[in-house]
Amino acid sequence: MDKSRTQEIGTGLFIFLGFAALLFLATQTTDLEDYGGDSGYQVTARFDDVAGLKVRAPVTMAGVNIGRVESIAFDNDRLDAVVTLRISPKFNRIPDDSDASILTAGLLGSKYVGLGPGGSDTYLTSDSEIQITQGAIVLEQLVSKFLFNQAEAGGGSGSTGSASP
Amino acid sequence: MNLWLGLIEVVRKIGAASLFLVSILQQCPAALTRPGLISQQVHNAGVRSLVIIMTSAFFVGMVIGLQGYDSLSRLRQEDILGAAVALTLFKELGPVVTGLLFAGRAGTALASEIGLMRATDQLSAMEVMAIDPIRRIVAPRFLGAVISVPLLTATFNAVGILGAWFVGVSVMGVDNGAFWSQMQQYVDPSDIFEGVAKSVVFGVTAGLVAVFEGYNSPPTAQGVGMATTKTVVTTSILVLIFDYIITAFLLQGH
Repeated sequence: MDKSRTQEIGTGLFIFLGFAALLFLATQTTDLEDYGGDSGYQVTARFDDVAGLKVRAPVTMAGVNIGRVESIAFDNDRLDAVVTLRISPKFNRIPDDSDASILTAGLLGSKYVGLGPGGSDTYLTSDSEIQITQGAIVLEQLVSKFLFNQAEAGGGSGSTGSASP
Repeated sequence: MNLWLGLIEVVRKIGAASLFLVSILQQCPAALTRPGLISQQVHNAGVRSLVIIMTSAFFVGMVIGLQGYDSLSRLRQEDILGAAVALTLFKELGPVVTGLLFAGRAGTALASEIGLMRATDQLSAMEVMAIDPIRRIVAPRFLGAVISVPLLTATFNAVGILGAWFVGVSVMGVDNGAFWSQMQQYVDPSDIFEGVAKSVVFGVTAGLVAVFEGYNSPPTAQGVGMATTKTVVTTSILVLIFDYIITAFLLQGH
């Protein structure tokens, strides 16, 4: 009888240990608190290009994480991307003329949304839209623009340059 | 011709094991009415595997910490060690190594126990007394394995992280804050879910193979020995095959 009692205690402790380990994994190794479903308010922003931006990407202001990208949708009429941002309720005094741009963390890092402060006295609230936006900068477009400008600027010299050798 | 017969035998075994799984699942509700039997099996299969699981996990964690540090320092990326270790452990090594160790530690014990019951006619005696051996013997052991493996996997992951933390932060000098913050930034709850999903599948696999081989072992000393060997071999192969299949399916969603 006593043996089965210790056995049951051991089993209970084992199950407890297993769930404690799972809890440790879920809370210590992921930033689970940022996923708190409905906390915070939603703001939309329209971008002409969101290439590489993913749902749940961070939203930052002055480099500090203030929210996450909730959804990315395509507007069939205006042919642009509608990005819904969920911003933590702590940050409720962001001017409503702030601008949003899609930036890259590091040289090849993942994309995130950066907010730049505006000067308005009214603040962003639930369902307001950020008007000033700057879409993702695609490296290929930047390179082709640069090459195109080079060719434009030095049109004559470019042709003589290629003819001289 | 021999190959052909072997192939038919493999197909027959898969069919027989599936039917056996169905008959176990039919008896599971009845077995759940006696939780004492199941808790006894969780103790046998789970609690007694804790030592081997935790020791292995600590050393596996330490070695990934060491190897990860070596590889990442060549790229000057030591700071993401925490993220690299956590993803490796949660998604792959945790469930797979736990599955393999469980097959060796608990699967063999289950198979030989049931095999010996078969060899000494204890199972037939139960049938004579109108006790369904699947309900009384097989189902609790199967459920014990299914409950134990995910819990053991979670323990393995947590201890493995601590092992990697010990080597990475204390020995190799990775920044403690970077270790945890990089881990939290890159590990998604879905990664943990992937590991848990795998561990449930491996628990069902390990449990089913062990009770199936034991229940159907030839009633001889040699037969019981064969059943334990087959349990380890079959479980190991199936765990690795299922691991690939589950990974392929889950990664497709991304």
